[in-house]
Amino acid sequence: MSLLEVTDLRVSFPTADGVVQAVRGVSFSVERGRTLGIVGESGSGKTVLTQSLLGLTPGGQISGSAMFDGVNLVGLGSRQMQRIRGKEIAVIFQDPLTSLHPLYRVGWQIAEMIRAHDKSVTKTQAIDRAVELLGHVGIPRPRERVNDYPHQFSGGMRQRAMIAMAISLSPKLIIADEPTTALDATVQAQILDLLLRLQQESDTALLMITHDLGVVADIADNVMVMYAGRAAEKATKRDIFYQPHHPYTKGLLESIPHSSAAGDRLKPITGQPPSLITLPSGCAFHPRCAYVMDRCLSEQPNLTPVGDAGEHRSACFLPAAAIGLSDDAEALRRHTVELGRSGAAAKVAEAIAQAPESEGSVIA
Amino acid sequence: MTDSLTGTARSDFPADADLSDDTLVRVDNLVKYFPVKGNGMLGRTVTNVQAVDGVSLTIKRGKTLGLVGETGCGKSTLARCIAGLIPATSGKVYFEGKDITNLSRGAMRPFRRDIQMIFQDPYGALNPRRRVGSIIGEPFAIHNTASGADRKRAVQELMERVGLNPEHYNRFPAEFSGGQRQRIGVARALALRPKLIICDEPVSALDVSIQAQVLNLLADLQDDFGLSYLFIAHDLEVVRHVSDSVTVMYLGRIAESGPGDQVYDHPRHPYSAALLSAAPAADPDSAAARQRIILTGDVPSPINPPTGCRFHPRCPKAQDLCGTAEPALEAKAGDPVSHLTACHFPVETGEILARAGRREQR
Repeated sequence: MSLLEVTDLRVSFPTADGVVQAVRGVSFSVERGRTLGIVGESGSGKTVLTQSLLGLTPGGQISGSAMFDGVNLVGLGSRQMQRIRGKEIAVIFQDPLTSLHPLYRVGWQIAEMIRAHDKSVTKTQAIDRAVELLGHVGIPRPRERVNDYPHQFSGGMRQRAMIAMAISLSPKLIIADEPTTALDATVQAQILDLLLRLQQESDTALLMITHDLGVVADIADNVMVMYAGRAAEKATKRDIFYQPHHPYTKGLLESIPHSSAAGDRLKPITGQPPSLITLPSGCAFHPRCAYVMDRCLSEQPNLTPVGDAGEHRSACFLPAAAIGLSDDAEALRRHTVELGRSGAAAKVAEAIAQAPESEGSVIA
Repeated sequence: MTDSLTGTARSDFPADADLSDDTLVRVDNLVKYFPVKGNGMLGRTVTNVQAVDGVSLTIKRGKTLGLVGETGCGKSTLARCIAGLIPATSGKVYFEGKDITNLSRGAMRPFRRDIQMIFQDPYGALNPRRRVGSIIGEPFAIHNTASGADRKRAVQELMERVGLNPEHYNRFPAEFSGGQRQRIGVARALALRPKLIICDEPVSALDVSIQAQVLNLLADLQDDFGLSYLFIAHDLEVVRHVSDSVTVMYLGRIAESGPGDQVYDHPRHPYSAALLSAAPAADPDSAAARQRIILTGDVPSPINPPTGCRFHPRCPKAQDLCGTAEPALEAKAGDPVSHLTACHFPVETGEILARAGRREQR
């Protein structure tokens, strides 16, 4: 059984401008000792998705279910949630400076975490444990640095301290929300290395949220690509990178500068992500999709198997065989699109073809 | 790939003399220290943050020089010194052969038209209470080059050129998305037809699909107007994509510089090699196959930088010499003359660096 099994999770926020549909029916599972990478651009709902699992989205209306080790996290009371949050599921946020309290010593903050979940631990024991943890995550001279304040730590060391705090109670699942985005490349490499090592040591499951496909290529086992609050594609890491099916996944991969084609023209995705209050009809990606067909304007595609014995799933009406970046696949896509396009869809496609690099109209 | 970078660590160019006509900017041994004041009543300078310490480089006409390095390496300070936004402590900046170092406001003014900047944060760089037309038209107002209907027409032409709808002339920045705001910043920088645009992390705040749109726009503008770019970014793939030549900085000094392909494919400085090996590649197979050089510790403080080679406490190849003698920035054996490395023991082709350097010393 999976450690975390999320089914049809929906999160919406009523606002003065209308209901923001941040997450619109997402299902996925995370296995023990494995890493699921959730990739998406700003506003794709990836952060709301994971925060709603921990009851960190006040004002949000949540439906669906999220079974974690036999407990449904959706609708869990705040007391019960407190027992799980931190102890069973730990979170590492993007910005370690705002996650650490500036007026308390780093060691105290780690010790507090330990004592909050186990009152029988004395303060001295908890501090000793904090020293041990700081050493474990690679902070030099932890016995001295345990008494430092967060501002005395560098960005990388703060993130290490956050990781020490996250692993202090041996959680079953760690949710890492853009843990390396604020860090430099060499420090990012150190932190990813550390996360991988810790995961291997303790069989922890890792849910890695990022916009950086490079990070995913590095440490994920499986990947879910999100667009406008829904899963566009789910597959193993290799399938996502080498056999993408959804045009959005393909577009993301093609818009990254690659060393092999330095100086060539990049291929951006036309337009910009939609407003989550007034979503496009049908497939939310259709106004930006070069393969738009008539049915994309009215029907919402669901995740369907496209290969890898059903493990590779994509929410797109293109045939399952139109997979990967080969010329054959592209010919099949073109052929399907020709048959499935008339009237309105042809107009959308024409607009995209005319200005493939425009950013579209102003979001109102 | 042309050799678009010359210069040495301690070059002795004759003042006001250009090596060739295609040199737009020459920076000669530039130093920028920020004083750290004591607590005493007199507020005496007790020490200095050595943000930029002896950097020389050249930007060629119509070319892009990429500047990479980690937080605190001095790349943004260097850019601001070149743009004349902050005074240099010592050293010279030549623009088209003329010394523009520490000019007075009035004397600097004509050069401001030629040197423009695009900043990282498209939200912070635009005044939220002014309309887009007035933001983009501001350079015309400052330099008295166009007014009234002329200015409006010029602004709308610029908006169209950078891919914005000219009818949105009267909107506020808040009504635009991040990528569109960055286009507004580009239009403003472009207004006075500058010769050099300094791009300080211009796409770092944007999503990848939007980032590609802005990078393509910058490339088109370079072709159309013959612009030179000084392109600062921490994303190494982005820098490689846009740059003709690349300079790698570490703690206020140049570690390595040369044509993009040379530096990326054959890095000679251990720091460049580590930086390149650490950059995430969006390709699982190459990520798995790569020998990553994990550096230990953090970048030391620029207040009290290490002696000798500044990288030596973290360098997997460091020997005793590195702690005492500062290496010169020079072409190493087997490299083209444009590929310069400041290292006593440069990385050889095929050499696999040890996984870890020495433990952090503080």
